[in-house]
Formats: sequence, C-alpha cells, structure tokens
Amino acid sequence: MIVEDLSNADCLVVPKEIYRQVAEFLKADAELDFDYLEFQTCADHPPENLNFVAYLRSLGKGHRVGLKIVMDRRHPALPTLADLWANADWNEREVFDLFGVVFHNHPDLRRLMMPEDWIGHPLRKDYLHPNVVKRPD
Amino acid sequence: MGIIDGLPAHIEKFPGGGLLMTGVNYILNEAKASSMWYMLFGLACCAIELMATGASRYDFDRLGMIFRATPRQTDLMIVAGTLTLKMAPRVKLLYDQMPEPKYVIAMGGCTIHGGPFYHDSYSVLKGVDKIIPVDIHVAGCPPRPEALMNGCIQLQNLIRTERLGHERDRPGLRIITPRQIPGQPPVNSLAPGGALIRPNEIPILG
Amino acid sequence: MLTTEEFELNMGPQHPSTHGVLRMVLKMDGERVVACDPIVGYLHRSIEKMAENRTFSQVIPVTDRLDYCTSMTSNYVYVLAVEALADITPPARGEYIRVIMTELNRIASHLLWYGTFCLEIGATTPFLYAFADREKILDLFEMASGARLLYNFIRIGGVGRDLSQAFLDRMMEFLDGWEPRVPMYEKLLDENPIFYNRTKGVGYLSQEKAKFYGVSGPNIRASGIPMDVRRDKPFAAYEDLEFDIPVFDEGDVFARYRARMEELRQSARILRQCFEKIPGGPATLPLNYRIKIPEGETYQHIESPRGDIGCYLVSKGGDMPWRCKFRTPSFVHIQIFRDLLPGVLIPDIMAICASFDIVLPETDR
Repeated sequence: MIVEDLSNADCLVVPKEIYRQVAEFLKADAELDFDYLEFQTCADHPPENLNFVAYLRSLGKGHRVGLKIVMDRRHPALPTLADLWANADWNEREVFDLFGVVFHNHPDLRRLMMPEDWIGHPLRKDYLHPNVVKRPD
Repeated sequence: MGIIDGLPAHIEKFPGGGLLMTGVNYILNEAKASSMWYMLFGLACCAIELMATGASRYDFDRLGMIFRATPRQTDLMIVAGTLTLKMAPRVKLLYDQMPEPKYVIAMGGCTIHGGPFYHDSYSVLKGVDKIIPVDIHVAGCPPRPEALMNGCIQLQNLIRTERLGHERDRPGLRIITPRQIPGQPPVNSLAPGGALIRPNEIPILG
Repeated sequence: MLTTEEFELNMGPQHPSTHGVLRMVLKMDGERVVACDPIVGYLHRSIEKMAENRTFSQVIPVTDRLDYCTSMTSNYVYVLAVEALADITPPARGEYIRVIMTELNRIASHLLWYGTFCLEIGATTPFLYAFADREKILDLFEMASGARLLYNFIRIGGVGRDLSQAFLDRMMEFLDGWEPRVPMYEKLLDENPIFYNRTKGVGYLSQEKAKFYGVSGPNIRASGIPMDVRRDKPFAAYEDLEFDIPVFDEGDVFARYRARMEELRQSARILRQCFEKIPGGPATLPLNYRIKIPEGETYQHIESPRGDIGCYLVSKGGDMPWRCKFRTPSFVHIQIFRDLLPGVLIPDIMAICASFDIVLPETDR
C-alpha cells in the first residue's frame, strides 16, 4: 500500500516488499519516464525507525518523486537499484558505510568513505567513537 | 652525514677554524633558505590559497620556491588542508620519502589542532604534528597568502640560525605531541626513519 | 613468444593533478587502461554529522567547507532548504544580492577550473592568467563579506551584509575590464594543435550514459541535454533575468571546455542585468539566530558551477537539524570514470578527469 508522506510533500511511503517493483515500473512506464536518480540516503529515528529515501526525477517530463521506506533499525536490508540507475551504486555503498543498510544483489558492496577496516556505522545516532570531542553547548 | 657531523668540532680547534665554520655555515644556510622547493600537498581548502600564493599576485617564486610533484625532489612539505585518519599513513609515507634536510609547514587551522573539525568529527586527525614534526604553524582558515608568505619567511630565518652538524636541534623536531596508544607506554620521540603506521595505530586521543 | 601481463597502477591520493585526494586503482595493459576503480574517502570530514550538532545558523560556516571553490552556492543550497521548511521569503534586494554572489562565484570557479585544467594538460601560462583575474573577484568578495575563500555570507532570511554602491561600481569596472579578455583565454588554447589533439574526441559521453549516471551541469549540457536548474526550477531572482544556456552536442572534453567558457559570458550578462535591476530596501530579514524551524523534510537544489547541488533537510522542530544530506555533483561524476576511462591512454586520463571539474571535498563531505 503506497501512501503519501505527511511530512514531505514530494514523497510517497512505499513498503519494503514492493520497493523494487515500484522503481522498475517508474522507470519503464512511458508516461512517467523517470530516467534520473538524484540521490539515496537515510535518516535515523531511534529507537525503532530508519527511514530510507530515494528521489527520482524525469528530465523529459520535468516531474519528481521521492520514495520513502520505513525500516526497522536493527536489521535494515533492501534490494538494490544499481542496474536501473548507475549512480545508485555509490549511493548505496555510502548508505551501507554510514548507516549499515545491506543491499541485496549489489555488484560491489564495500565501504566507501571510511577505511576498509573501520568498525561501526558513523551516521547512526547512537554512534560513539574515541576520536569525537563533543561540542560544549 | 656522519663525517659532516664530526668535522666542525675538529676544524674549530685550529686558529681561524671558528671563522671558517661561520663562513661555511652562512653560505650553506643561505643556499638552503633561498631555494626551498615545496611539494604540492594540497588536501582541502588551504590548497586553493596555496595555489593562489604561488600564482601571479603573491608569487612564491620570488622566495625561490617552486612546486615539485614528487617528494623525492623537495625540501619542504606544506601540509595544506584537513588530515583524515584514512589519509594519515600516506602523509607519513610521503614525509619519509623526502630526503634530508626537510622541513614542514602546517598551514591552516585543521593541521594545527583540528580547526573547525575539532568538535563532533570522528574521522579527522586533529593536528598533523601527531605524526610528523612541524617547524612552522601558520594559523588561519584559510590563512591569507600574506600569512603564508610570512610563514615561509620565518622558515627562512629559522634555517639561517642553523649550525652545521646540529641541524636536528630544531625546536619542531623536539616537540612532538606524545603518542598515546591505549594499552602501551607513552612515546615522546619519533622513531628514526619512521614506520608506516596503520589507521588504528594513529594517536587520536588528546 | 613474449607474453604480457596486466599490472596495477595506483594513481595515489597525492598526485600532481590537483583535484584533491582522489585515488584511482588502474589496471593497465601497457599504456592502456583496462579497468579503473576510484577510491574516495580521504577527505571525509563528517560534515553531515557535525551539522546535526549545531544550530541552523551555525551550520552555514560548515557548509562553506563543502565545496570551497564555490562557497556561496554551498551556503545557498542549505539556506534555501531551511527557508523552504520555515516558509521564509527574503526581501527582493536580498534575492538580487544572492544572484550577484552566485554568478560572481561561478566566474571565479570557472577561472579556477580553467587554470587547473590547463595545468594538468601541461600548460602553465593560462594558470597564471586565470588566477590574476580571479584575484580581482576575490577582492570583490572580500569587500562584501570579509573573506577570500570561505564566506559564510548567505544567511537565513537574506545575506550577511548589504552591498554598498561602491561594490556595485567596482563590479562593473571589473566586468568592463575582464570581459574583453575572455577571447584571449580561448585564443590561448583553441588554436593550439596540441590542445586540439588532446581534447577533441576524447572522453565521449553519450546522452543515455549521462542520464543513466545522473550527470548534471556543464557536463550534461556539453552532451546535448539542456538541463539547468536556473531554467527548470528558478530560484532567487532568475525568473526576471535573461540569459542563454549554452548546449553543445559533441560530448567530448573540448565540448565541456567550450560549455564552461560560454557560461562565463552568460554570467557576465546576468551580472550586468543585476546591476541595473537591483531594487532598494533591506537586504535581510531580522531573524533570531537561534531560529526554530518547524518539523518536516525538504529537498532543494540549485545550479552550482559543477552541476546540480542539493540539500535534503530533515527537521524535528528544534533549533538543530536532524539530518542534513548534501547531494553533490562531484560524487556522481566520479562514478563515470569507471565507465569512461577503460581504453584510453594515460595522458587522456588527466584530460578526462579534469574536464569533469570534480572537487573531492564535495564528494567526501
């Protein structure tokens, strides 16, 4: 069931199970013609939710939509979009690196920003690291 | 360098030897100071100001400084920009690849003690003097080209005060932030020759 | 028989082509590249994490460091997102000042690109010429905001300070003196057979590949698609201004170079119109600096000299952003190297990489 997102005028909240089908449909349909992926990212809402968002745009028709998926924080996993839009490759690698979302069937899922042997996913809200000096308020 | 280290002491024993050593010192120091070749080591925003200082309006060439691409041909490393934990082993490797005598200028706030990235940043090495010895710190974010030129002129003055055989007595080489690797005794001098350090060996505390 | 093997060449994080700290692991067969794997992250300064722990106004100097060659546009995209969430409309004079600053920054950034592009191809003279003119623009910026490189000038509700008439006069003086020099920049390179051979036909980017990868800015305009945020979704005062969008069809390095040079002329045209049309009145709304933004999410994007930069902002009603993500053009353009570089010789790598105008702090944030 796809519903409109209340907090974001451009977004549709999509259930995780049909995310891949929705994306394929949006790309293939001639009227909608979403041929441009702008970005993919996550926003962490502890204690339960991790919201994943992907924005698509049509260069020919000029419209734009965002797909939002609300996931469980503990084991986030999603199908990949790397074969539909090529820049999904690095977008998803970055989301994996910084948030820990695992993408199925991704061609090359490894860390992008942090060194290869880094432990932890930095942009989560509960991330602690000895190198961080907290800013005094 | 072993012969040159011991020779001045012998020469100074003879009458007129002190005068000779002073003269030789002066010539060598002037030669070193007037043609420092620096390595293009721009990492971030300070790199643009470094390029602007080397360009038409503020010209580095009038101090004799030309940029070289490879560390093997340089005397000076101007570390311009933020140093992250992922980049730090490469900086150490590049510093070790420079031939002696070598000098380091830390340009900008990020290389001095973290700069604007001191708070809340998990991946920035807060200060380049945790891994290499620094001679001159130039403050600013980014420092104006005039400030960087002043830093280079101060470095030239520092070189002119060196004595042959005692070059390693520079203040920058003695003052290194002590390395604190958790679980091991504190170290307060740089290992000679340096070792290629891994990201989890970089001293990040303090 | 002699056999040959492929070897791996590491174009390491420090290399003399001064894009920044980009590392590319190239599999070579002799002089030809077989495969290329760009590795980024050497300048990951956790700007997005820092933005979550600062008030909305305190994030603006942090966004300066995001793309330091065009610090005004980085500020602007974040401020636009904040104003969209909070429904703040800056006064008309503020909008015109923002346009002036964005276009001046576009000229400064393209001059910087021109200098480093020629330096990487091997010519040192254009670098010195371009930086001499760039210094005059930096003088103008210093007059307006107080800094040469990282301005923190575009604030929520307007700009940091109003522009004086002396600034506008000096800006016209600069344009009158500089615009006749642009043909000289082109003449230094266009009629040079070495430059022509190194850039014509090299690094061809087709339209389908450009859309598939999400390329934006002068790179996609040089491949024939007229995509420009100033036209598609006008921000600031661009609706009232007249300008053309240069589009070329060839899609090679030469076309991207031509697209940027034409943009210089269009920017000068916009600046002249701004000088005539700028209204009086206040430049900023007087807002509390610890402003509370209502709850919501938004994505706003503008046209930076490199492409389409966007800011996705999530706010939970407090005075600090909850999540602030920057969609930067260089992040997308580096992925294209995996596709464009196989099959070229080593010197072409420099030409192709430089023609996309990537900066690493934008990529790594």
